[in-house]
Amino acid sequence: MNQPLIEFKDAAKQFGRQRVLDGVNLSIYSGEITTIIGKSGVGKSVLLKHMIGLMEPDKGQVLFNGQPLNGLKTIERKAVMRKFSYMFQEAALFDFLTVYENVALPLQERTALNEDEIRQRVKGKLKQLDLQEIDAKYPSQISGGMKKRVALARALVTAPEVILFDEPTTGLDPIRKNAVHSMIADYQKRYGFTAVIVSHEIPDVFFISQRVAMIEGGRILFEGTPRDIQRVANPAVKEFIQGLESPHDDLTGIASQAMGRRRLRQEMNRLQRREIPFSIVLLSVENMEDLDRIAGHMASQTMFKTFANVVEQNIYMTDTCFRYDMNKIMVVLPDTDANQARMFCQKLSRNLELDALLEESDSAQGVCFLINAGVSQAHKDSRLEQLLDEVESRQNFFYECKLQALAAEHPYADK
Amino acid sequence: MDLLVTLKNPLVTLGNRTLGVIAELGRVTVFFFKGLALIFVVPFQVSKIMQQIYFIGLKSLFVICLTAAFTGMVLGIQGYHTLVKYGSTGALGSAVALSLVREMGPVMTAIMIVARAGSSMAAEIGIMRISEQIDALQTMDINPIRFLVSPRLAAAFVSFPLLTALFDVVGIFGGYLTGSVLLGINPGLYFSRVETSVGMADVTGGFVKSIVFAVVVATICCYQGYYTHTREEFGAKGVSLSTTSAVVLSCVLILIADYVMTSFLL
Repeated sequence: MNQPLIEFKDAAKQFGRQRVLDGVNLSIYSGEITTIIGKSGVGKSVLLKHMIGLMEPDKGQVLFNGQPLNGLKTIERKAVMRKFSYMFQEAALFDFLTVYENVALPLQERTALNEDEIRQRVKGKLKQLDLQEIDAKYPSQISGGMKKRVALARALVTAPEVILFDEPTTGLDPIRKNAVHSMIADYQKRYGFTAVIVSHEIPDVFFISQRVAMIEGGRILFEGTPRDIQRVANPAVKEFIQGLESPHDDLTGIASQAMGRRRLRQEMNRLQRREIPFSIVLLSVENMEDLDRIAGHMASQTMFKTFANVVEQNIYMTDTCFRYDMNKIMVVLPDTDANQARMFCQKLSRNLELDALLEESDSAQGVCFLINAGVSQAHKDSRLEQLLDEVESRQNFFYECKLQALAAEHPYADK
Repeated sequence: MDLLVTLKNPLVTLGNRTLGVIAELGRVTVFFFKGLALIFVVPFQVSKIMQQIYFIGLKSLFVICLTAAFTGMVLGIQGYHTLVKYGSTGALGSAVALSLVREMGPVMTAIMIVARAGSSMAAEIGIMRISEQIDALQTMDINPIRFLVSPRLAAAFVSFPLLTALFDVVGIFGGYLTGSVLLGINPGLYFSRVETSVGMADVTGGFVKSIVFAVVVATICCYQGYYTHTREEFGAKGVSLSTTSAVVLSCVLILIADYVMTSFLL
């Protein structure tokens, strides 16, 4: 792999008698979203503060692009720090400045832009985050969710190379939480910055992360992809992940990814022991990014939630549907072969109440809601991961339902 | 445990405390000089300094006028009743004016500003510290001392002498109210005594004092707020302790500095 953008080498930090970091080795790669998980008080925020230079390790090093941060001259260090933005857990908005002034401050203090350019940039960012109507309000006059969004706007406005998010969704309701996650993923894709997120939102945050690191006892216990962490054998990691996973997905109310995987394993067992076939259908909203841009992140999350509920209403008691990924729902159909699964998709496309998906948001008028359905039948000799790869890559692409929502003459999709 | 150590070895405790105080003094001094130097870093923070002058100076006008009037009136009554024993009530103008210009003006003004603006400086900066706003400034590569402390220091340098001058004038009129209007001293005599007795050296001395008090008050109050997080108490308790220490320490240091300067000036 390439050289890491940020690297911890045996970093140790002690506060009084409490050893918070005890030989941390961690790599953050450029252009990726890395999530740091761990119990409360294990030093996740301390890790972030080391990255941006708010704290220095007592022992060991923190490297940026291969150069140790504490070995840099003040000017070089400042130049590195200017590449960072930090979104604080409690937003840390300046309470004596308005929302507009808060977002404009880093531009006024750090750049040579004139007032007009600053106004243009700030207004643009506030509009993107749906905050333009509260720009004259003070932080004490707005809600917690809005504060988080203002903090996100402030972190994004300088177009930084690295953004550190310290629990960006704590205390938000499920729709806002998912909206913030999708915003981070969306902007990361658009602007290509490197993101480091400290979060407890498992498994939601895994949907948007390329890498996950778990810290425990001052050391990194696990470092790898979100998929790897689900399969890791280390009991401490397993216990932590399972402890945070709820049986239901927060946003949609359908089964969570963990529950869905358990059901898949059960079906696999039934197939291998008693040769009872089953199929899976992966329904992916293909144009979520467009929906985010046109209707806003909140509206698109609401639409996804409604879509999940519609899917749930259209399955039998014995079937299961669960949230598989950020914009994906998987349906497990026991005693069903691929043909029957395709028929299920056709039935679903007919029953989809499209207006219901869109009535939540006026701004979504005229937007297409594109859903792809990948169908895969499990075989006795196939492995679960293989089956999931197949349905995800759509190698065996059987059916595609493209739903042109709100196009009255096409209330449902055809094959 | 601490008590046991203190009892067992009082000299060690005394030594440690003294070293602690000296180290703290050093930190406060460095803090002040950083704040002072950063006032002159371009671009000048004119609008922030004006805002602080408005907050420390203009918003204190009423309180300063009120206290100045009553201080002058009390000096008038007390002075009259003392001087009448010696048959020299005509010297009331001198007594009131000199007490005000040399001592009462700078000291009372400084103490009133501590009560009104100093406490809020400490609390405001303290809250910014505990709510990570100061860390946020650092992550944006904005020097928090330049952003928060320098404008307050600059504003204190402007506001303290001006408010002291106002205090002196209003106080002299307060003395006139009780001395002349209530107790019947000739107004012409009162004001001519004021004019003849107050020399330029008295006025300059008063201003020097007010500048020193500005340094003491702005530095102590900002410092206490800025380092709220280093206290043993956290959160709101920490901020309240910082504010209390800022007020108490500022007032004590104003009186000590006043004594030291008076010894040198006279």
